[in-house]
Amino acid sequence: MRIGLFIPCYVDQFYPRVGAATLRLLERFAPRLATQPWQSVEIVYPREQTCCGQPMANAGCVEEAKPVAERFLAAFRACDYVVGPSGSCVAMVRKHYHGLIADEAARAQLEAKTFELCEFLVDVAQVDEIAGNFAHRVGLHQSCHGLRELDLGRGSERMLPAFNKVRQLVAGLDGIELTDLDRPDECCGFGGTFAVFEEAVSCMMGRDRVADHRRHGAEVLASADMSCLMHLGGLIRRDGEPLRVMHVAELLCEAMGLRIDVD
Amino acid sequence: MSAHAVAAAEFVANGSRAAWHDQALWFIRAKRDNQARSLPEWEHLRELASQVKLHTMSNLAGLLEQFDENARRLGARVHWARDAAEHNAIIHGLLAERSVRRVVKSKSMLTEECGLNPYLERHGIEVTDTDLGEWIVQLRDEAPSHIVLPAIHIKKEEVGALFHDRLGTAAGATDPKYLAEAARQRLRQKFLAAEAGITGVNFAIAETGGFVVCTNEGNADLGTSLPPLHIAAMGIEKIIPRAADLGVFLRLLGRSATGQPITAYSSHFHGPRPGGELHIVLVDNGRSSLLGSEDFRRSLNCIRCGACLNTCPVFRRSGGHSYGVTVAGPIGSIINPARDAAEHGSLPYACSLCGSCSDVCPVKIDLHNQLLTWRREIVARGLLAPAKRTMMRAASFVLRRSWLYRAAGAAARTALRISPRWLVYSRLNLWGRQRELPEPPAKSFRAWYDEHQEGR
Repeated sequence: MRIGLFIPCYVDQFYPRVGAATLRLLERFAPRLATQPWQSVEIVYPREQTCCGQPMANAGCVEEAKPVAERFLAAFRACDYVVGPSGSCVAMVRKHYHGLIADEAARAQLEAKTFELCEFLVDVAQVDEIAGNFAHRVGLHQSCHGLRELDLGRGSERMLPAFNKVRQLVAGLDGIELTDLDRPDECCGFGGTFAVFEEAVSCMMGRDRVADHRRHGAEVLASADMSCLMHLGGLIRRDGEPLRVMHVAELLCEAMGLRIDVD
Repeated sequence: MSAHAVAAAEFVANGSRAAWHDQALWFIRAKRDNQARSLPEWEHLRELASQVKLHTMSNLAGLLEQFDENARRLGARVHWARDAAEHNAIIHGLLAERSVRRVVKSKSMLTEECGLNPYLERHGIEVTDTDLGEWIVQLRDEAPSHIVLPAIHIKKEEVGALFHDRLGTAAGATDPKYLAEAARQRLRQKFLAAEAGITGVNFAIAETGGFVVCTNEGNADLGTSLPPLHIAAMGIEKIIPRAADLGVFLRLLGRSATGQPITAYSSHFHGPRPGGELHIVLVDNGRSSLLGSEDFRRSLNCIRCGACLNTCPVFRRSGGHSYGVTVAGPIGSIINPARDAAEHGSLPYACSLCGSCSDVCPVKIDLHNQLLTWRREIVARGLLAPAKRTMMRAASFVLRRSWLYRAAGAAARTALRISPRWLVYSRLNLWGRQRELPEPPAKSFRAWYDEHQEGR
């Protein structure tokens, strides 16, 4: 079995630690997918991958997004699973490749085998609770696309039984204290090019998110989506807020004592 | 920058007002959550409402004819208007024939959409909006900023000052009760003096030929009980098939709109009152072209509850006026480009695509997906700002070549590391105005992987 590591472009360029943490978690938990003792579970990083095409597609530029999406498809063709540490990029592949990929059957296959990291750990690798230690007050930021497009949790708008796959993974860590929020799943304001072209509203949204976390005493702001954290982290650093920003993969590795040897 | 981005930035610049606006609307969203939670069948109701509306839209022509026939049978007169101009002309014609000079109106977003007030005023007819919020914005000579809460952008201190100026209330008065009472007294005079009442329509029932108007202040009743002439203006999408369907929508509307179990008044009109006249104006104004569009048809399901506005993190922080249209917010960003894509083509981009609107919508319109589809449409029609298109072309050129992507990434990271701060955070860097850029690492993940992982 072959698991393809999907490292979104901005994670590759700016957050190699998050990529490495994702790899370490997969190395740790993927072997349990083997159903026979002689079956091997291989984790590969296809070098041809660049980006899922979301920036172009979200701008409405279908013609510009198509070749990028086709490249993505080709890069992961030989994989049984595609796993990436970003709800938004995974949602792009799973929900918005319609009309971008010429081969409909190939698109359906790609959609079926692509997973966000936490979702993969919970639903595919059947990880219930992770043993580790993380003695901090942690605020979980929901990524909108993870929440509402990938169903990693139940949004507050829906009147259905609550669940949250990201929370489920970290809740069992020793010493961890998960803080609540006044607005549990409001958007952080990143929204891709929205962050640039609607800069004023975007930054106000981000500051409101940070303030909600601070108000409830979070020391660490964690999310399964690095794009939200790039925006929130940028505001936190500019404003000198005493909050540490971590991707859930980094948090889990630190809690489990898995070394991420990226300088 | 788009007109919305500029206007929104201005709204945000007054930080305390923007925060207050955001809080006020979030409060209503929270009330909506409580009300929705109190109904175990909430999601079932949404599904039912969506099904009824989809059925309605598939049979719209037949249902409208059925409504027309039944309404006439009840003694109403039915008029059909292709667009805003016809709508205004029909209503003006009815008023002019009867030499009407003074009209009271209960809140109708359709008449706003058609610009009825200025049209009638140009013809020497006084129109008074009798919904309190709507009247406040009318006194201020501005448009409503929200389809359900037209004056939500105005603070009570400002209402006090306005009323002091226009109604002679005590200077500095801010007590909502006192101000509402002053408004009530003045509006009562308007009701008594009116020669015609105009209302909107929330739901028109094909099976019976009757219709329902929902208000919280009873102004539709007051405005139609005294004058002999009642004109109801409705968009053709307001039709529902059967009286039995009404309960589904009334239960969803009040809860979604303001977090009330039901609006205070759901007034039913079945034909004219004894001795009176009832005219119903059915308005298309671009709706049938939406019906013909597979991508955007579902937007006609909208019952104008405003829940998508209240939940929208962008609307809450940028105010309704920043959209520059009658129906603002997520639903407005879908229906306005349909009317004029060249003018309103930037509205689908005034959205972070968070999807909250789709999940809050009581009739299950997939709003955020339609907004995304609109963006594709804007580009297909060549209406995207050239700078943005060029940027996307360049990105695509780089991202479809792995070697170029690697080289560009390395160059960008190096440039960020060695450039002085003033250069990186120049005026052109919109990201960096309020935010730090990510700290560029020496190596990409790819480079790290090649060095550490291969052969591990």
